[in-house]
Amino acid sequence: MDVSIRNVRKEFDRFPALRDVSLDIRSGELIALLGPSGSGKTTLLRLIAGLERPTEGAVFFGDEDASHKSVQERNVGFVFQHYALFRYMTVADNIGFGLKVRPGATRPPSAEIRRRASELLDLVQLSGLEKRYPNQLSGGQRQRVALARALAIEPKVLLLDEPFGALDAQVRRELRRWLREIHDTTGHTTVFVTHDQEEALELADRVVVMSQGRIEQVGTADEVYDTPNSPFVYGFIGESSSLPVRVEGGQLWLQDRTLGLTAEDVPDGDATLYFRPHDVELITDGCGGCIAGTVAASRRVAGTRRVELEIGGDRHRVEIELPIEHPAAQKNRVAFRPRRWRVFSESGAVGGPVASNGRVHHEELARTGT
Amino acid sequence: MSIAAATPARLQFRKPSVIPGFGLTLGFTVLYLTLIVLIPLAGVVWRTTELGWADFWAIATDDRTVSALKVSFGTALLAAAVNVVFGVLVAWVLVRYRFPGRRILDAAVDLPFALPTAVAGIALAAIYAPNGWVGQFLAPLGIKVAFTPLGIVVALIFIGLPFVVRTVQPVMEEIDKEVEEVAATLGANRLQTVARVILPGLAPAVLTGFALAFARAVGEYGSVIFIAGNIPYVSEIAPLLIVIRLEEFHYAGATAIAAIMLVISFAMLFVINLIQAWSRRRYGYVG
Amino acid sequence: MSVEALSRPLPDGAAAGTLAPVSKAAFKRATTETTATKAVLIGIALLFLALVLVLPLVAVFVEAFRKGAGEFLFALNEPDTLAAIRLTLLVAAIAVPCNLIFGVAAAWAIAKFEFKGKAFLTTLIDLPFSVSPVISGLVYVLLFGAGIVLGPWLKSHGIEILFAVPGIVLATIFVTFPFVARELIPLMQDQGTGDEEAAISLGASGWQAFWYVTLPNIKWGLLYGVLLCNARAMGEFGAVSVVSGHIRGLTNTMPLHVEILYNEYNFVAAFAVSTLLAALALVTLVLKSVLEFRYGDEIAATAKH
Repeated sequence: MDVSIRNVRKEFDRFPALRDVSLDIRSGELIALLGPSGSGKTTLLRLIAGLERPTEGAVFFGDEDASHKSVQERNVGFVFQHYALFRYMTVADNIGFGLKVRPGATRPPSAEIRRRASELLDLVQLSGLEKRYPNQLSGGQRQRVALARALAIEPKVLLLDEPFGALDAQVRRELRRWLREIHDTTGHTTVFVTHDQEEALELADRVVVMSQGRIEQVGTADEVYDTPNSPFVYGFIGESSSLPVRVEGGQLWLQDRTLGLTAEDVPDGDATLYFRPHDVELITDGCGGCIAGTVAASRRVAGTRRVELEIGGDRHRVEIELPIEHPAAQKNRVAFRPRRWRVFSESGAVGGPVASNGRVHHEELARTGT
Repeated sequence: MSIAAATPARLQFRKPSVIPGFGLTLGFTVLYLTLIVLIPLAGVVWRTTELGWADFWAIATDDRTVSALKVSFGTALLAAAVNVVFGVLVAWVLVRYRFPGRRILDAAVDLPFALPTAVAGIALAAIYAPNGWVGQFLAPLGIKVAFTPLGIVVALIFIGLPFVVRTVQPVMEEIDKEVEEVAATLGANRLQTVARVILPGLAPAVLTGFALAFARAVGEYGSVIFIAGNIPYVSEIAPLLIVIRLEEFHYAGATAIAAIMLVISFAMLFVINLIQAWSRRRYGYVG
Repeated sequence: MSVEALSRPLPDGAAAGTLAPVSKAAFKRATTETTATKAVLIGIALLFLALVLVLPLVAVFVEAFRKGAGEFLFALNEPDTLAAIRLTLLVAAIAVPCNLIFGVAAAWAIAKFEFKGKAFLTTLIDLPFSVSPVISGLVYVLLFGAGIVLGPWLKSHGIEILFAVPGIVLATIFVTFPFVARELIPLMQDQGTGDEEAAISLGASGWQAFWYVTLPNIKWGLLYGVLLCNARAMGEFGAVSVVSGHIRGLTNTMPLHVEILYNEYNFVAAFAVSTLLAALALVTLVLKSVLEFRYGDEIAATAKH
């Protein structure tokens, strides 16, 4: 089932939780809503479910405007972070609940409901736990039951709100893989909310990055990681370093020195340069155009060395990654040039090698193996 | 009464702690408890055993005793049942809805705890007497409240209401909204959600509230005697019969009835604890 | 996987024409009832509470002033009434501090230490709540009454307990026994022992730790417990009735005096005395609500009476 969110705005007591959000979700897609808390991702999920009413805008299920449909009529499967299991019902009763409350004509006979429940328990790998109460299950098991319960109603869309947020790291990784498998077998259109970028990038077909009630970027894991389209996405996903620069005639300048980076589409004026600390090339022979600074701090991180450089007269600090054998001692001068970078001008214009030169993009993808 | 706090035997009895005063406070607590509560209560047990089984049985099966106990337990049961229905409703309205005066209403629920029972008793009598505030409208309909068992029920509803409301209310506040939302996404309409999801979850709390209201109602005296009419075999409650026996200096009679009531109220207490233990074991929370 | 494929939010205003407010009537919230259902439920609850709670309270005041303020004041100025008020205050002034000290001691022992039999002790403390008030009085009659060991011995030493003030005080202490302890135990258990241990490690004595650390932590809960204890102490009827002997002007507390006046068909006087007790109840409720509202976190608020 395609789901389409059209120009949705949502206010809570005048506070805008979502500001004019539009998003198309394709049938069968596994999509992640990723953002910090307060970014509106859970509100968006609840709007799709019909648990909240948009202040403006509409939600379409297929070609049908679902805005006037109640939660009950929308037929969505919703899984909460804290499972929201019915604690005085057995596991089987929890899973069968959605079928049991159907109106008389469409309600399956109770033997059929039982059969479906145990079938779903097999699917979520909890066979034989029908008679248990939620209280007697571990967190991971509870979340599986919650998912089985949501799947029991054959939902048009499966919505998961921070589904692994309450679980410890080990279980979380297991369940993540397992959710992917379930998705691939059942083929439900699935939307899940998370604040964990690793989870979003690993699991989702497409990631929707949200901030302050807006969608910042929508794309595959590669797209949002490799070509962030805003300073926020740069900062939020992966690690990044930034440096205030000046654009003049399509060239990037740091005070009176050129950096050797070209951004032709960006108008003259102040801008900020973003790049990944590991995505730099060191320049050893002279510096006709580079970023140079002195080492202010250096620390070892696993197989690499992280170095903080003080750049220019303002002593602006940026972090880059150096090979472990690099003799980066205090006060040493290090010159480098980011391989892949983006520059965001104050007026909102974006420039960088990726936008202007597709070749670099593909080359880099091959190199990082993503 | 300082119990030697440093002896090794003591260390097994309690976990070591740097905080002083254990011997003093526990000693005082146990002494006070023994003097004020345990010895006097033991007196009832002792006097009952002194009575002998035959005498005890004679008093316990005496017609007047039996009908007084029947009146007490019957009216208490009925009042507690009424309180369960309206107590849950009142708790729901207080927890879920916002309307002007809600806070005052919430505070007012505790009135029966705070208002002396004798005051409640004469006020209810004034309201429900045949010429009273409400009674005068009921009398032409042939409904007599005051001076009948119905009057006792009215008084016991007043007394028991806060027990149900205050037991159910906190559990209701803790209900996870997400559970209701999940029920809705699974297709349950509001009535189904309330009946199948919310109310079953409240069952342990409701049972506890019922038991507390019932236990209190069985022993209630002050608010009842003014409105009951106290007609032997009809509207005479067991606590009143104890008082009557005492006034007749028939201590044995008073003691026997008291012993029966004590046994029943301790059994109630035990049942309440069972409900809570069961609920905790199965659902992981206490109602 | 080209950059152009990135879907982006529509710029502000670009699709302004399609923004349509969603009608409120069409949307039904999943976790609440319709307005009509709400109104009916609130209506029933209000009606029930008005009938069961408010009406009796109003009746007390209306009946007290039935024959005017003069009669009302006259009834209150009567010497026996004044004696009853004095006795009630005296009984509360003894019973409440006794249970206060007991409550603090019990809470200290139970909340600050781990020992065997703790759960049992806690259950015993609650015991008086599950005993009929009449039986609470009866136990002292059996203990101190004539024909029983203690009774004649006390009598020969000139000590009168039954049908005298000491009996009334004892019965009152019995019925109000758990109030303070019950409020303080869960509160102090929640607060743990960290503060006291810190104080003692800094060199405070046990008393200092209690006075400077524990007491400030529990003061509102303590007040709450005392408030409820006092309300019950002044209003107790059944237990006191059994042990008092109903001697006018001597062993009559206010609730007992209400009964006597009522049984003498002196309704105005009975209700006049009742207004004082009802006022006490109202003050208690107001203070209790204020405490719950302002210091909700510092009160155990699990009190079931």
